[in-house]
Amino acid sequence: MRRSTLHFARLVLAISLGAGALSACSPIEPWVKPYERENLADPIMAGDRFPISTSYLDHVFEVREGSRGATGAGGGGCGCN
Amino acid sequence: MRLWSVVCGLWSILGAPALAGTLPDERVDMLYHRYDGGGVTIDGPSILVRKNFADKVSVAANYYVDMVSSASIDVIATASPYEEERTQWSIAADYLSGSSTYSAGFINSEESDYVANTWFAAVTQSMFGDLTTVTMHYKQGANDIYRNISGVRDPGFAQDSKTRTWGVSLSQVITKNMLGSFNFDVISDEGYLNSPYRSVRYVDPTAQNGYSYQAEIYPETRTSNALSTRLAYFLPYRAVIAAWYRYYNDSWGIVGNTGDLTYTQPVGNRWVFAGSVRYYTQTSADFYSDLFPRRDYANFLARDKELASYTAVTLGAIASYAFNVPRAPWIKRAEATVRYDFMTIDYDDFHDVTQPAAVPGTEPLYSLDANIFQAIFSIWF
Repeated sequence: MRRSTLHFARLVLAISLGAGALSACSPIEPWVKPYERENLADPIMAGDRFPISTSYLDHVFEVREGSRGATGAGGGGCGCN
Repeated sequence: MRLWSVVCGLWSILGAPALAGTLPDERVDMLYHRYDGGGVTIDGPSILVRKNFADKVSVAANYYVDMVSSASIDVIATASPYEEERTQWSIAADYLSGSSTYSAGFINSEESDYVANTWFAAVTQSMFGDLTTVTMHYKQGANDIYRNISGVRDPGFAQDSKTRTWGVSLSQVITKNMLGSFNFDVISDEGYLNSPYRSVRYVDPTAQNGYSYQAEIYPETRTSNALSTRLAYFLPYRAVIAAWYRYYNDSWGIVGNTGDLTYTQPVGNRWVFAGSVRYYTQTSADFYSDLFPRRDYANFLARDKELASYTAVTLGAIASYAFNVPRAPWIKRAEATVRYDFMTIDYDDFHDVTQPAAVPGTEPLYSLDANIFQAIFSIWF
């Protein structure tokens, strides 16, 4: 458990440092301009048009499957006796 | 009395991280949900309210109920059918500061034999002209586990467990028609992780049917890694195709692969239809067996079918209808949605002990079909 936590902390640190370095040193020209994002902002592009439904289905799958997590915002504590 | 259920994911109250720098929409969602499969029926309501303040703060609250009636194969094999109710409430707040969003919240879930309290915090940062959004989140849950005997709590049994999650996610604008995202979670549990009700079976030549049961024994720690990615593409005729994949492994030996493909098609200005197919497969836990060779065969013993090897396919269909509400000018938009999912699970090493067999372990493999229905009414204000 400690090894995984350590690896995760290193990953987060690397991402943070990398992102910080990139944003500080080289201003990146957005290759998709704000006025070109009409399609991306369309509600049908959202992964969770109905968050209340997404949350419910995540719950249905989580209690029946050995897998958990990485569904978008993290799962909840589980009491599946 | 056994319990079925759980604290739901945080998705509904945290909101999607993809649009950092803006607060989520103000809305109210009301849901009726019903699951019916494998001898288990669970239904109930849920309501989610989100309200923003001063363009800086967004607050969401959710109330959720599961009413469970269970005569699952586990229950039929070793116990009696039962009914149970779980209630859950949660509250979360987002604070927007420039291109950063700070989030925190709390979830409480209660059943007669299980109480879970979870808090969480997250930071979201938008960068590179809002093309990239990174979220880091942490969550910690404390669970109190009890045992009911004939519907009454056993005063001699009380256990607890803790769950911690560390996660990072990244959302990326790839082209003007394509969005990508990536999620990685590490989840660790410690404490009492098995069920006080479930049993494993072992070969017992002295028993009439050739086997007997003993209580399951799980390790007291578990560490999981989950990695997922999603791609969504906006088609030229205003439709979206999205694919999602997750790889999972844990210290119990389970490896899971999940794939999901969803197609969304608006029709006119009011209707939106969507269809999805989800495929899931997993290997069994190292200490899982449908039938152990003898009593106390190993330090850890499990016959929980969620830890077995199996494959599941879920087909979903969604229809939404948007409309205006007359005489309520404060409602910008309303939408009525129905969603139906059909799930089928085929187990590779979990046998149906309700079917007779001359030799233990040769019973037919168990399979399960479930119908999942949702009705949602949403308003934006």
